[in-house]
Amino acid sequence: MDSKKDSGQGGAEGRGTRQGPVKSMRKTLNAFSQMIPIIIGVLLLISLATAAVPKEFYSSVFTGNEILDSLIGAVFGSLAAGNPVTSYVIGGELLLRGISLVAIAAFILAWVTVGVVQFPAESMILGRGFAFKRNLVSFLMSIVIACLVVFSLGVLG
Amino acid sequence: MKAKAGGKEGRPEGMSGGAGMGKPGGRIGTGMKFLLVSCLVYVVAYVASPELALSAISVFLRMVVNILPALALVLGMMFAVNLLLEPGKIARYLGRESGAKGWLIAIGGGILSAGPIYAWYPMLAELRKHGMKDSLIAAFLYNRAVKIPLIPIMVYYFGWIFTAILTIYMLAFSVINGFIVGFKRGERNDNSG
Repeated sequence: MDSKKDSGQGGAEGRGTRQGPVKSMRKTLNAFSQMIPIIIGVLLLISLATAAVPKEFYSSVFTGNEILDSLIGAVFGSLAAGNPVTSYVIGGELLLRGISLVAIAAFILAWVTVGVVQFPAESMILGRGFAFKRNLVSFLMSIVIACLVVFSLGVLG
Repeated sequence: MKAKAGGKEGRPEGMSGGAGMGKPGGRIGTGMKFLLVSCLVYVVAYVASPELALSAISVFLRMVVNILPALALVLGMMFAVNLLLEPGKIARYLGRESGAKGWLIAIGGGILSAGPIYAWYPMLAELRKHGMKDSLIAAFLYNRAVKIPLIPIMVYYFGWIFTAILTIYMLAFSVINGFIVGFKRGERNDNSG
């Protein structure tokens, strides 16, 4: 069955007009309260991942092979979670340690666009099919964009 | 029954009720099960390494404080969507016939939205129920990676040329990402722009 139909997109037109404030608030709180346990669960997992993986760990996983490193960067960027600033800081440290720019770009891109830790929440709230396809496409794109960025930098000198 | 995602048998994919808090009749929803599993992971972590678990709880508390403003914003926006916007209007701006306007709204919304990505899932689920396309949801989520306030920090670490090129590619690929996700989700005739 097509997900679009499943998710109610087709029926939007026929659903009537605006609702009153009380009904709207009740509907909003009902929807929101269903999300709270999922968001708390994801926060718990992200906190554990953040506490368990020291920043220094990332520099030890790269091999020196640019192609392999871009894949490794994308994988670890996908697994990591937290504020994007953290990925910039780690990326800056990796750059100082001689890790290739393509690997760092893939790492940063995957960090901000792919979410393995957030996947359960995205899956439960927006649908497993949607979450899986979006994260997979974003993962592959992080490698493609990283290569394009480095290529463009080379062209621009 | 578990609120299974996947959209089979005509059921809405994703969260459309009963997946979070306990369901009527006392059954535990998927969201609560997920929370219980997360807590269980902490119990295991505490047994393995009490220091790690306590450190993680301290990170968690900091994160909760940081996420509260974003959650309040999302709650307010969800209320506004339910109160002010007619489903037909959302469908017109973000649905099948939204065209380039829909893409611009999704890209702009993604860039301007604050807080962590998961705080925005509930609002996107609400908008989807009102008619928002999956391709635009994907574009919105992708553009959450473009953070204007963080650009100076990226420039500091990587230089402005790298930052500019990366940002331009992210904007362009957010549309490609949306198209691919939308196509894979069955929006074959809706992305003509």
